[in-house]
Amino acid sequence: MSTEAGPQPADDAVQAALLLAVDPVGLGGAVLRAPAGPARDAWLAVLRAGLPAASPWRRLPLGVPDSRLLGGLDLSATLAAGRPVAERGILAEADRGIIVAAMAERLEAATAARIAAVMDSGQVAVQRDGLSDNLPSRFALVALDEGVAPEEVAPASLRARLAFHLDLTGLRLPALAAEPILAARALLPDVEAGDDLPEAMCGAAASLGIDDLRAPLLALRAARAAAALAGRARVTKEDAELAARLVLAPRATMVPTEESAEPPPEPPPPPDDQSEQKEPDRGPDPKELQEMLVAAAQAALPSGLLEALQLREAARRRSATDGKAGARRNAARRGRPVGTRAGQLRSGDRLALVETLRNAAPWQAVRRRENPHGPPIRVRKEDIRLRRFRHKAGTTAIFVVDASGSSALHRLAEAKGAVEMLLADCYVRRDQVAVVAFRGRGADVLLPPTPSLVRAKRSLAGLPGGGPTPLAAGIDAAAAIATEAARRGRTPLLVLLTDGRANIARDGTPGRPAAEEDALSAAVPIRNAGIPALLVDTAPRPHPFAKRIAEAMGARYVPLPAADAGRLSTAVAAARPAG
Amino acid sequence: MANEGGSIAAAQSRTGRKAPARPSRLVFPFSAIVGQDEMKLALLISAVDPSVGGVLVFGDRGTGKSTTVRALAALLPPMQAVAGCPFACDPAKPGDLCEACRTAARRVAISVPVPVVDLPLGATEDRVTGALDIERALAEGVKAFEPGLLARAHRGFLYIDEVNLLEDHIVDLLLDVAASGENVVEREGISVRHPARFVLIGSGNPEEGELRPQLTDRFGLAVEVRTPRDLPTRIEVVRRRDLFDRDPKRFTAAWAKEEAATRTRILAARRLLPKVSVPDAALEAAARLCLALGTDGLRGELTLMRTARALAALEGDREVTVAHLRRVAAPALRHRLRRDPLDEAVAGTRVERALAEVLPP
Repeated sequence: MSTEAGPQPADDAVQAALLLAVDPVGLGGAVLRAPAGPARDAWLAVLRAGLPAASPWRRLPLGVPDSRLLGGLDLSATLAAGRPVAERGILAEADRGIIVAAMAERLEAATAARIAAVMDSGQVAVQRDGLSDNLPSRFALVALDEGVAPEEVAPASLRARLAFHLDLTGLRLPALAAEPILAARALLPDVEAGDDLPEAMCGAAASLGIDDLRAPLLALRAARAAAALAGRARVTKEDAELAARLVLAPRATMVPTEESAEPPPEPPPPPDDQSEQKEPDRGPDPKELQEMLVAAAQAALPSGLLEALQLREAARRRSATDGKAGARRNAARRGRPVGTRAGQLRSGDRLALVETLRNAAPWQAVRRRENPHGPPIRVRKEDIRLRRFRHKAGTTAIFVVDASGSSALHRLAEAKGAVEMLLADCYVRRDQVAVVAFRGRGADVLLPPTPSLVRAKRSLAGLPGGGPTPLAAGIDAAAAIATEAARRGRTPLLVLLTDGRANIARDGTPGRPAAEEDALSAAVPIRNAGIPALLVDTAPRPHPFAKRIAEAMGARYVPLPAADAGRLSTAVAAARPAG
Repeated sequence: MANEGGSIAAAQSRTGRKAPARPSRLVFPFSAIVGQDEMKLALLISAVDPSVGGVLVFGDRGTGKSTTVRALAALLPPMQAVAGCPFACDPAKPGDLCEACRTAARRVAISVPVPVVDLPLGATEDRVTGALDIERALAEGVKAFEPGLLARAHRGFLYIDEVNLLEDHIVDLLLDVAASGENVVEREGISVRHPARFVLIGSGNPEEGELRPQLTDRFGLAVEVRTPRDLPTRIEVVRRRDLFDRDPKRFTAAWAKEEAATRTRILAARRLLPKVSVPDAALEAAARLCLALGTDGLRGELTLMRTARALAALEGDREVTVAHLRRVAAPALRHRLRRDPLDEAVAGTRVERALAEVLPP
């Protein structure tokens, strides 16, 4: 990009940091996609310098426990003082400041939901450890997203609430000696946006294919912050364009077309009391403004948008799946710990020592009074807390569906039915399913592991079929998902539906011998990794090669020439590893 | 199991000492919420007749699910309660009183706001069910019960945002209490039981994960919310939200008249409700509809009838008609359909299809 070709991404990124310093709570925050490095540090430095002195600045570590996030009983202080002592969590500590979430792409859905709830209400509802309080908590969140793969992004619930989505990869931020932006903050409440701006922002969002209504609202606030930053009491065209570039462009899901520019709508009449100052329009009419905003956002779209959009779609699909990425605990046997529960300690259960002490701590003085002679710390059975693991819930069933050849459509339909039946059957166990289809030259992950029936249905609709059979590619793709699932402490289960007639090798070249050899060599790691597998032979007349693949994979071989959804789901349920 | 009677009485004198006051911040007015008619209607119905059994709101992000629930809280007309009772016992229903209210020499009735209690994610069991009051135990050596969220929600609403992310052991606890209408706590050698009947309101995004079927079952009504598609509505949503954010006082004042009208409507509907009759034709139509949809058990039919009756009361009608049934069939039944993997249609569409077949307009 030449220097004259309009706004530079690096300048816009710096502007975003400054806008956030003007209106941190209103704008919610930013997603910073970048590896750790000078660009990210520089951006954070601009933001920090722009904030009023002594604004809280808290880091949110990955896997933060509720006691630290929301607050709770301060264990050591409670034991020392002999009475309950509360401890504020990160969210309350960060009131009027900034929270920086490290590795936000691996943030758990549950943690993200807690943060989102606090962002919406402006306060932390603490209902923990005998404490009940509402603490003010108004902050901006900076989600540091170090994801590399396109589907590794911060949770959607947070992305929706953070105004700016910036990609700093490869940018050099201009050095800036920023100072606290106090005047702009003071000016902000008085900035007038004009009556047309909400309409124009909504129209622009619509023609960029943005569904979430938070986007135009955040863009509106960003435009006001930009005006305040420039010391103006009225939003100008430039402010609105900056907001469109920073807030709307990163959320675009389609390239606007000429036809999609809808006619300017007539807003429904507001109720009588609400007859707002309908002043004569001073700026451009909303339609014109909207077109300018779309053009501004469009200019900020990366080249090759379609490709980017597809990646983003994949990211959207993944980001909603629950799970803490990379919780590499020695999990396969016991599942990943998911908090604690009350209960009796029996053999095989694991004591959650700190939680147990936390429960016992406040009572020490009372118990000592009841019985002065006894051990220094008195733990009773009602204090006992046990670790909970998500091991029973941990199956990820990966369907690998042969979408090639003539019987593909039927096979796909049955696999689809089976997936839905299994899902419908499995909520209680919180199982996940994933679907890989292979045909033509390679394999596609149609559905990354998800517990959601809604998403499964959506992604399974409109599955293409036909073409040659790259069996090896299909097995490879499934193995990758299985390994990842195991790494997250889940038990993978691979279900391969094929007639076994491989005819495309790994390198994409046709030819049966090479294809079969590749398929066999792809199958071996599955057995070596001990991944439970099931091969459903869907050929009308079972073929010996399918059986050989099953043996190489260590899979159970089930010939089901007319695999129907019901029998398929029964077979899979039977193959599911016990609890 | 016997309990030191005095300790509970002691707890009464200091009702909700720790309970934070209802946040004084202004909330977005219920009447100013644009569209989302099904969600608003379901909430109003649950305010008219709590026995309908709660509302589950599932849908897209940013559709104002929790805004609407919180707006309802501000709208509810106050109720009568025994002064000083931590469970806000109803003085008009001697049969439902808690132990302390039953044995009290005299009961003073006061007007209190209907509780709408948030159960936040991350809440621990002791705060949900209630536990012994640690500080009083330390300071005075008295074992007094500190009521939890379930006690606070008694006779009101318990709201869980992101209900599908709620921890399993809290869900178990809720299911237990919702089924029995009573909360039992045992700790440090005392045992307390108190009535806990509340309207459960849950909201969530299905993309974050499904809800356990046992919990889905607990909700009388299920509402699906979508982001509005048409531009004028979208603009109005953004415009009103922006006006509210900029000057909440002025905005709420501008809507005060509509809010008062809605409140009056709820009160009038509650008065009318016992007088609304359900003719045999409506009963039969409801039964035919449930049969056609294959909903399990009688619960669907019962909820459908109660919902239709509450709707009739809201509309000022003295008789339930097929038209009422038609309007509430989707929220009353869509979460009770058996899943049919071969049917692509979302549950709401299936209800509409059955309606068109069984109860043609």
